[in-house]
Amino acid sequence: MRLWFRSSHPSFQRSAINQVTTTVSTHRKRRRRLISPRVLPYVLSLPALLVCIGILVPFATAIYYSLQRYRLSQPWAREMNWGQNYLRFLTDSDFWNTLSVSLQYAFLTVGLELLIGLGIALLLQRRTRLNNMVSIMLLMPLMTAPALAALMWKLMTNPGFGILNYFLTLVGIDDFRWGSSPSSALFTVVLVDIWVYTPFIMILLLAGLRSLPTQPFEAAALDGVPRFQQFYRITLPMLMPYILTAALFRLLESIQQFDIIYAMTQGGPGDTLTVFQVEAYLNFFQSTNVGRSAALLMILWAITFFISNIFIKNWLRLRERARGES
Amino acid sequence: MYEKEKGLARDFLQGKLTRRELIKRFSALGLSASSAGVLLNMQASQVLAADFDWKAHSGKGLKLLLNKHPYTDAMIANLDNFKELSGMDVQYDIFPEDVYFDKVTAALSSGSSEYDAFMTGAYMTWTYGPAGWVEDLNEWIQDPAKTNPNYNWDDMLEGVRASCAWSGKPGEEVGTGDAKQWCIPWGYEQNNLAYNAGMLEAAGIAVPTNIDELVAAAAALTSDDAYGIGVRGSRSWATIHPGFLSAYANFGEKDLSLEDGKLSAAMNTDVSKAFHAKWVKMIQESGAKDWATHTWYQVGTDLGAGKSAMIYDADILGYFMNGGDNKMAGKLAYAPFAANPDASAPTPNIWIWSLAMSKFSKDKDATWNFLQWASGPEHGLFGATQMDFVNPVRKSVWADEMFRERLNTSYPGYVEMHDVSAPGAKIHFTPQPLFFDLTTEWAASLQKMVAGELPVDEGLDQLADSVNGQLKEAGLG
Repeated sequence: MRLWFRSSHPSFQRSAINQVTTTVSTHRKRRRRLISPRVLPYVLSLPALLVCIGILVPFATAIYYSLQRYRLSQPWAREMNWGQNYLRFLTDSDFWNTLSVSLQYAFLTVGLELLIGLGIALLLQRRTRLNNMVSIMLLMPLMTAPALAALMWKLMTNPGFGILNYFLTLVGIDDFRWGSSPSSALFTVVLVDIWVYTPFIMILLLAGLRSLPTQPFEAAALDGVPRFQQFYRITLPMLMPYILTAALFRLLESIQQFDIIYAMTQGGPGDTLTVFQVEAYLNFFQSTNVGRSAALLMILWAITFFISNIFIKNWLRLRERARGES
Repeated sequence: MYEKEKGLARDFLQGKLTRRELIKRFSALGLSASSAGVLLNMQASQVLAADFDWKAHSGKGLKLLLNKHPYTDAMIANLDNFKELSGMDVQYDIFPEDVYFDKVTAALSSGSSEYDAFMTGAYMTWTYGPAGWVEDLNEWIQDPAKTNPNYNWDDMLEGVRASCAWSGKPGEEVGTGDAKQWCIPWGYEQNNLAYNAGMLEAAGIAVPTNIDELVAAAAALTSDDAYGIGVRGSRSWATIHPGFLSAYANFGEKDLSLEDGKLSAAMNTDVSKAFHAKWVKMIQESGAKDWATHTWYQVGTDLGAGKSAMIYDADILGYFMNGGDNKMAGKLAYAPFAANPDASAPTPNIWIWSLAMSKFSKDKDATWNFLQWASGPEHGLFGATQMDFVNPVRKSVWADEMFRERLNTSYPGYVEMHDVSAPGAKIHFTPQPLFFDLTTEWAASLQKMVAGELPVDEGLDQLADSVNGQLKEAGLG
């Protein structure tokens, strides 16, 4: 009670306010003395700078290694060979195979996932209890670790006891070898990727579809514009920034795919699925060829950087168009 | 503890009694075999302590990096004895094999001192040794002040012991020249035939004794319910080293040849091409449909589940699949296998689970104390008789009557198979730093041949060209 009296009495409050004001101004003066206005911006940007260094140091190290002949099992032969690792790729058929397989995998998965994801999003666009429940259930594969998903599919596609093979035998296909055959290995890993990642695209596009303004559609309906025309002329252009965002995220991940491919086939049969990450992993951990592994990863970085740039430029152009700026 | 029983165990461990006499006397005292084993193991620790100062590093601690394996289980089951014997503390991390060697490479290449010793294969030391990540253990083995006089290094099987030593000179045979002992053998695997006796009997097929018979038998045994022959097929070095290389070496063929200090590919000879053609045909006709993804795990479990009639792989797969809750437990049999009809004996290539000491270990003498105990005759005998520590690497353990009797009772034919093929068992690869590159590429070529993408002749010529290019680029060819 006494405390309440003291803290609520007007004279006490005034003196307390004065005290606080004095303390704050003293602190300000001290801070002014401690950090000069000229230094302050650098101090404030220090955390960002540290994060940047944290990212750039390994990156610079990778560039450095990629310019060396560096094999852990032959430490005596380590030397700078500058661009030799990169130049060798030009005549290395394995490298061109890696590039081709990586691009095929990335564009196939992203293309198919966009198509299927958009289809599902359109089906679930109306906010009903059933649609909401289905959209939550469809997210489940996304919560599965890709390596686990790959192992699960490896069991399902086992020719001896896999359930998918059982279904295939029902329709008269007796000897489908999934990841074990060069002709079906790419199809198999793409299928697993689609199963895992289509929900990601679906949820992004669903959010986009549900946020589109209703007026253009109402106007089109009043004018009697057919549904498919509405889709091509209104929905798709308005949804394009979302599509590009989803495609960019997925493309960057797909071109760097490792877990699904390695868990299912280890890059085989033959060289069918030796994508960049698998090849770089095998070069580092199995062959201990640090130089070649780093050079492969630098090329992968350059490809992702190039693709990202194209996507971001297009995304910005679309956004400007949506704002009526161009 | 009963003094009389302890005295008997001590006499046995000091060589004054044979195992048969010991068992007889234990039985007379009313002691069961399992109690006798426990007593023997306890006494072994005391006998060990009598001749060597195991307490020299008492109070110190070690950390091990281990692979999930029955050998690891056997060591852990006996670890308290070492802790009591030495007064040392031993910690360990265990990883499944899929990620184990990545973990080892990461730990060693970063110069981490977290682990003092680790499990490895002999092939891996062809990288770790020249890279300066592991110690040459000769320094400790040859030092009487640091090694128990009863350690008996010569008791190790010669081919196995030599396979863990290499001079570091590309192409120089293992165990020769100025060979450094990069690791100590712990347990090993020969590659031979394990088969489902019931299936062969039902089909009226005799156990194959050479590659032609194997191809024919595998084809005859293939049915809707099971395939004829299980061999590895994944895109990995591990596809080449078991049955494949064992059979290949039996024809006198080599992976690489060494001339004037330069290595070159030797896998595209006429004999090699003929052998490859038979191997490819065998897989196409009678292998698993998903052969290209098969590792040791699928090869073993398919035999245990009755999905394959035979395997040509690590003998211990046949051992483990013949027990436990496997569907085919008790129905499997074993046979030594010489692929070449003109060969006098099998020449199994071997895989050796070994122990190595990290160069970055903080206390190497203390680490050696553990290594010599873990690879010593007492622990070897404990593992072989009380646990599933097969195949042991010590001659004394193979000579042990209790061990042989145990195998003969539960795994008929296993000991005979081992004894017949042991003289020719060694690493048949040419040691060199590109081992994993070249064998992985070999496996990829084999996959293409089996898939029919590449004819055998052309595939082997292409492989040889690529191998020669890589050897040249690395300054080895």
